[in-house]
Amino acid sequence: MSPRPFKKALLRLGFYGAIGVLLLYAVFPFYYAVLTSLKPSSALFQVSYWTDKADLSNYAAVLQQASFVQAIGNSVFVAVCVVALALFLSLTAAYALGRVKFRGRATVLLLVLGVSMFPQVAVLSGLFEVIRALGLYNSAWALILSYTIFTLPFTVWVLTTFIGQLPGELEEAAIMDGASPWVALTRVLLPLLWPALVTTGLLAFIAAWNEFLFALTFTLTDQQRTVPVAIALISGGSQHELPWGLLMAASVMVTVPLVLLVLVFQRRIVSGLTTGALKG
Amino acid sequence: MSKLQLDNVNKQLGGLRILRDISLEIASGEFVVFVGPSGCGKSTLLRLIAGLESICAGDLLIDGRRVNDLEPRERGVGMVFQSYALYPHMSVYDNIGFGLKLAKTDKRSLRERVLETARILQLDKLLQRKPKELSGGQRQRVAMGRAMAREPDILLFDEPLSNLDAALRVQMRNEIARLHDRLGTTMIYVTHDQVEAMTLADKIVVLNAGRIEQVGTPRELYERPASRFVAGFLGSPRMNFLPARLLAPGPQSLIETPALGRLTALTFDSSALAADSPLSLGVRPEHLALQAAPGSAGLVVTGVEYLGCETYVHLDVGEDEPLICRCQTNAPWRVGDRVEVLADAGNLHLFDVEGAALPRRPAPDAASPRALAQGYA
Amino acid sequence: MTTSISRAQSFYDEPLPIKETPVQRRRICAAWLFLTPMLLCLLLVAGWPLLRTFWFSLTDTSLSDTGAGAFVGLSNYLARDGDGWSGILVDPLWWNAVRNTLHFTAVSVSLEIMLGLAVALLLNVRFAGRALVRAMILIPWAIPTIVSAKIWAWMLNDQFGILNHLLLGLGLIDAPLAWTADASLSMWAVIMVDVWKTVPFVALLMLAALQMLPGDCYEAARVDGIHPLKVFWRVTLPLLMPALLVAAIFRILDSLRVFDVIYVLTSNSSSTMSMSIYARQQLVEFQDVGYGSAASTLLFLIVAVIAVFYLYLGRRQMEVRP
Repeated sequence: MSPRPFKKALLRLGFYGAIGVLLLYAVFPFYYAVLTSLKPSSALFQVSYWTDKADLSNYAAVLQQASFVQAIGNSVFVAVCVVALALFLSLTAAYALGRVKFRGRATVLLLVLGVSMFPQVAVLSGLFEVIRALGLYNSAWALILSYTIFTLPFTVWVLTTFIGQLPGELEEAAIMDGASPWVALTRVLLPLLWPALVTTGLLAFIAAWNEFLFALTFTLTDQQRTVPVAIALISGGSQHELPWGLLMAASVMVTVPLVLLVLVFQRRIVSGLTTGALKG
Repeated sequence: MSKLQLDNVNKQLGGLRILRDISLEIASGEFVVFVGPSGCGKSTLLRLIAGLESICAGDLLIDGRRVNDLEPRERGVGMVFQSYALYPHMSVYDNIGFGLKLAKTDKRSLRERVLETARILQLDKLLQRKPKELSGGQRQRVAMGRAMAREPDILLFDEPLSNLDAALRVQMRNEIARLHDRLGTTMIYVTHDQVEAMTLADKIVVLNAGRIEQVGTPRELYERPASRFVAGFLGSPRMNFLPARLLAPGPQSLIETPALGRLTALTFDSSALAADSPLSLGVRPEHLALQAAPGSAGLVVTGVEYLGCETYVHLDVGEDEPLICRCQTNAPWRVGDRVEVLADAGNLHLFDVEGAALPRRPAPDAASPRALAQGYA
Repeated sequence: MTTSISRAQSFYDEPLPIKETPVQRRRICAAWLFLTPMLLCLLLVAGWPLLRTFWFSLTDTSLSDTGAGAFVGLSNYLARDGDGWSGILVDPLWWNAVRNTLHFTAVSVSLEIMLGLAVALLLNVRFAGRALVRAMILIPWAIPTIVSAKIWAWMLNDQFGILNHLLLGLGLIDAPLAWTADASLSMWAVIMVDVWKTVPFVALLMLAALQMLPGDCYEAARVDGIHPLKVFWRVTLPLLMPALLVAAIFRILDSLRVFDVIYVLTSNSSSTMSMSIYARQQLVEFQDVGYGSAASTLLFLIVAVIAVFYLYLGRRQMEVRP
């Protein structure tokens, strides 16, 4: 026996061990949340790594709370509207920035990049005033409007990169065919941009779904809350009396759609994230 | 009536002059090929005619009308792109009909025009396919169909065959030639491939560094190049150039080359030059003939390239590049042989130091070959 | 010869006026038209509010009526107040928030970069199921910050949390730790959660950068029999530096404005209070828009300095091809 195959096997073992640790680290907290949510409140305070019978009473309790169901509806509405608004605004902007050479293009790009680095709290007071002036305080529209501050720079940036990668002759062919910029964008480039739109839309959706600071500040009543705020505000009498089972059930329900999206669109999400960052 | 006219057209990009004082007339129905090395401005010139690039100075006239400030669709031009640039999400039918649709053509005549175009290009059976389901040649034809569908007066081709393999390129070349015969449309075609230029063109425009070097029929350009650049650009293997010195200027030139010795009574008028001016003597490989040289006279064979249909013999003339001679395949020469070179005096070319061809005088005995290497020891 | 003279001269000719074709003119018009909605939107939600925040910071505005504030100069920042000084620049709570934020940023970003790089190197190896593992590690990134903070709050629960249970079981600690309540531990709890959530992002960024590296370098190194560790230090790391810097800047800018995770995990505890938490507390809970805006402005300035520094560094890579 030479030591070489032995060393190789050891290396392999170490590698798969590391992968295992990584997976455990990444997935365990979510697994534990699922586990907790399936325990009846009597078993909640005994730490365990497995439960034999799934108890759905926590989920039933969450769904019986009208305000939580309402919050899910609000979150979906806000996120979908934000995605639609951001994609529409950024698609035309990305055409301008990605395909047309004009004076001021670099300045606009810099501006967009600058906004993406804003600390949200820096605009909180000014935005609060704008929202109140527009009569949007404590409404979903306040959130839809304010969420463009962090979705728009990102979607513009990523779509500009994608749209700039389409071959130039394609648009020139459209120009020879007599297409105006709007026609070239909507009838020739847009159909080729669907993958990019799905990617950026997905990332914008996740960002809007997860947002907390604006949602906490610009909404007041249970009827207008989004899910993150609703979860943050679930409380018992004190820190120690938090209804953990209920909380975990709500958390799992909010997260499962995202986890599924991530698992299904993993490749697209990664490409979108790295386009936004590395090529920026 | 002149169909298209360029009048002192200039183009500048980022401080760099890309086209310089281009003046050119293209007659209606003519097939004109712009040819030149990469970066010579030929594609820019085409895009400028298309309306995709701006003209910085000078005028572009189509049918006598100045079109500098017209959009492509108003100029009545269609264009075939190098990459074809087919709309990947549209069927062949929609690709061809897109321009018509944008021009708000009514459905019936749109359909007729698309079907007619498809019939001419033999695309009838492919109309429902998407571009990615087509072969290279078929894509090429769709690209032509799209450019043709609006029945433009002028069709522009930007290196349309460069993405095809060699065999298909020959086939498509023939198809384009047939199409031109059939449609009678003015066609302007950009290529860097001299074979395409020679075979397709009624008129070749040779461009170099943003200028027109020469305009003429393929035959004129090949047989009477106006400059050393044109002479070297057309023809494969390219023309041999030998450095020479003008001994006696006059209506009949007497020159001397270090390699070949003295040449007398050449039919070039060198009256404008001073004695002792440096010159360049050009002779195409097929205008040279070889015969065995006695003893240590003549030139040494340094290479023999056998191509099946012909043989290229390389001769050492003391320059960086050998003198290349095109021979029949049964030529007996081997490396190391000594040979005497005979040339067709009517097919010699003489260029001044700037590369311009010396004016030619009609030759009394143009056909008789003469030994070139007579004085060579 | 005449031709040669004209040729030689014409290289020094006058520059021509830059003209545009009708197509180009139309495209430039369209470009501005297409940009207008986005620019208006950003002006409405970012530009104008930011200016208002700057203005508010110079007034004594309160939240109940933002139009009613009076100009007070720089007194929200610093003012002579009887014998001593007042204002945010002498507020120990503010400086505590700055310290906390910097502490949080320094520790969590360096941890994230190191762990992210390690994970990326691990995932750069080809093995069966790699795509699945890559998808799985995205889960922490996708979970809303609020939710992950809650999940960790439960896992870190002093009495019933699984972490204390585990550590007690392993004999590493004698008594349960109050992770989120103990002032000396709560910052570490916050960092732990943030690192958990952000490592996937950094790792995937690094992984993408790794996969863009030229393969022939490694071939050459392997043929030359150079030790893998040496290859990492001498080849991989230098080539990865630009991506590493980008990731670090992104994370630094993000960490400086941290809010959600701290708000949920430790609420307003002073031992973890960040600049964003401080500013929002002043603005919303104390209704002191003037003072809160001053804090926001300071945070903005800190972020802006770093962002400008980054833009300066990455100026050449900034240009997206037209």
